[in-house]
Amino acid sequence: MPSKVIARFDVSYLQILDENGKVDKGLEPKLPREKLLEMYRVMMRARRLDERLLKMQRQGRVGTLPVSVGQEASSGAAAMAMAEEDWFVGSYREVAGRIAMGEEMHKPMLIYGGFEEGNYNEDIPRLLPLAVILGSQIPHAVGIAYASKLRGEKSAVLAFNGDGAASEGDWHEALNFASVWKSPSVFVVQNNHWAISTPLSKQMNSETIAQRGIAYGMPCLQVDGNDALAVYKATKEALDRARKGEGPTLIEALTYRMLMHTTADDPKKYRSDEEAEEWKKRDPITRFKIYLQGKKLWNDKKEAELEEEIKQEIDAAVKYYENFKEFKLDQPFDHQFGTEVASLVEQRAEYNKYAR
Amino acid sequence: MPKLTMVQAINLALHQEMEKDESVLVMGQDIGKNGGVFRLTDGLQDKFGEDRAIDTPLAESAIIGSAIGMAINGLKPVAEIQFSGFSYLTLGQLEGNAARFRNRTLGKFTVPLVLRMPFGGGVRALEHHSESKETYYAHTAGVKTIIPSTPQTAYRLLLGAIRDPDPVVFMEPKHSYRAFKEEFEADGEAMELGKARIVQEGTDITVISWGAMLHRTEKVIEDVVDKHGVSVELIDLQSIAPMDAQTIADSVKKTGRAVIVQEAQKTLGPASEIISLINDNALMYLEAPVKRVTGYDIVMPYFARENNQIPSIERITDAIEETLAF
Ligand SMILES: Cc1ncc(C[n+]2csc(CCOP(=O)(O)OP(=O)(O)O)c2C)c(N)n1
Ligand SMILES: [Mg+2]
Repeated sequence: MPSKVIARFDVSYLQILDENGKVDKGLEPKLPREKLLEMYRVMMRARRLDERLLKMQRQGRVGTLPVSVGQEASSGAAAMAMAEEDWFVGSYREVAGRIAMGEEMHKPMLIYGGFEEGNYNEDIPRLLPLAVILGSQIPHAVGIAYASKLRGEKSAVLAFNGDGAASEGDWHEALNFASVWKSPSVFVVQNNHWAISTPLSKQMNSETIAQRGIAYGMPCLQVDGNDALAVYKATKEALDRARKGEGPTLIEALTYRMLMHTTADDPKKYRSDEEAEEWKKRDPITRFKIYLQGKKLWNDKKEAELEEEIKQEIDAAVKYYENFKEFKLDQPFDHQFGTEVASLVEQRAEYNKYAR
Repeated sequence: MPKLTMVQAINLALHQEMEKDESVLVMGQDIGKNGGVFRLTDGLQDKFGEDRAIDTPLAESAIIGSAIGMAINGLKPVAEIQFSGFSYLTLGQLEGNAARFRNRTLGKFTVPLVLRMPFGGGVRALEHHSESKETYYAHTAGVKTIIPSTPQTAYRLLLGAIRDPDPVVFMEPKHSYRAFKEEFEADGEAMELGKARIVQEGTDITVISWGAMLHRTEKVIEDVVDKHGVSVELIDLQSIAPMDAQTIADSVKKTGRAVIVQEAQKTLGPASEIISLINDNALMYLEAPVKRVTGYDIVMPYFARENNQIPSIERITDAIEETLAF
């Protein structure tokens, strides 16, 4: 019985816009200028929103929160590759992705201010709320995709999680399901190199996360997650394949968590400032701006106008949040069940007697 | 001995026990270099190395599952689940295996592990960071469920849990982690699991609580005593399972009145079992119906409304006064 190689696999890496903003003409997706400008706008709005949320947290106006600074391309550009009928299933570090989906800025303020009311958007029915239990949302993505497929809809699901969450059983189980069911889903892992204090080297012993797609029998690749063009192109192709019935794809987007895990975390305890400094040079927004300038689509005047527009948008969101009027004290009792439960009617009365 | 917080007390217990017993190790997410998100395991990796203070990959089921294997093979793992809200991912292994190995093999294989986890509300946290679900664990035969309330008892109960020959779920009231310091004895003495603690003796009414609620209840009692000049017996339940029926019954037989204060939701919480035990052992001594102040049967609200879910000073006061006046 000969010993022989029975399978061989490759994992490819895609970068289109390098860290200096230089584009690979051969790979460059042919996007209309409006789309490119919108991509920049989405990333900038996400960055500024995160900065404001951080400030609000320090002032005690919202509670503990994670920000996505540095990861604007890996969720934002991916979401911009979606079609109208696609679903977005995220975790909590996709500020840009949610903005690309049209989420209003006061929504995260409400969530981090302690209000469930921030969890849904009437006008964006295919955007799931934050998933805090790591990896738990990935099987949901597979089920949503299955249901769409069963109904013969041409829609796909775009799901997100981090490098740490990709160690959870739920994540692995979901990828296997997705592949067995040929479910129209695309899994983007934002590999930002850290899961709180845990570096990749302690998280896994695989060279890439992408290669796990091979194990489950689905196309997979690694992209420069700080390169909006690469993220966009990889996600677009994967979503198109999914909608055509060709099954799921795993995309590992290499990026970096520029700031703390959440406002309750102190990265100084476990990582060097130099590492973050190194990654600053690969900022997704800076290089995209250089790209736009090179195409004569952007200049200082436009930048100033955009900054002003974003400031006004954020100010309005803060105002909405600060004046939040639908603050109904016994709201928790409104949505425990879809039918009336006698014990809860009684308990609501007691709750209301004491609530403030 | 200087005054210590509960965080420091637990940290000290881990340091001492790892020093004393080479089979003890700690494991969990971010517990090494970072010292845990609440710093409970600070310094352990520096002192005992990465092999005995293990930063695990991110997977709760594998944390407890591998801890079960370690325990079967002679180690005493103390595994941390970062927040109790993520501990439900351990339930399969806990109920299916940790709880059963001893009984399944008639004592041949045993699982002496501790699963530590912060729980409870009042810290303005995100979803899944504030619930009190001790019932899940208490309702698992073969597992002991412990909730300390003070630095000193946390220290002694944790030592007791590590030395116990069976799986122990050790739920730490995160609201009390740094809320106060207390005079402290670090003498390496463990407290026996399964016993409630009489915090203060009294004759007119028994009040039973545990975890962070014990402290809120203590404040109420001070006021009630001032106002009504009554004598209150306060019991810190400490051991949710097994439950100390004797201490509860003895107290209620003496006072004839009881109020239970529980942060967890109402239905089938520990208070339900306490009332059953009173019913079994002291019913004929009661002079008033037993009252319980609990969370409602709702999903833990986000923090803008969570204060209304956690028993308030006002609710606890009303329950005690009504029971006294009955
Ligand atoms: C099941 C589960 N376990 C633990 C946690 C606590 N926790 C929150 S975020 C986090 C790290 C996640 O790292 P990663 O998946 O890489 O995402 P990132 O935060 O880096 O975006 C941990 C351990 C959780 N939310 N859910
Ligand atoms: Mg990460």
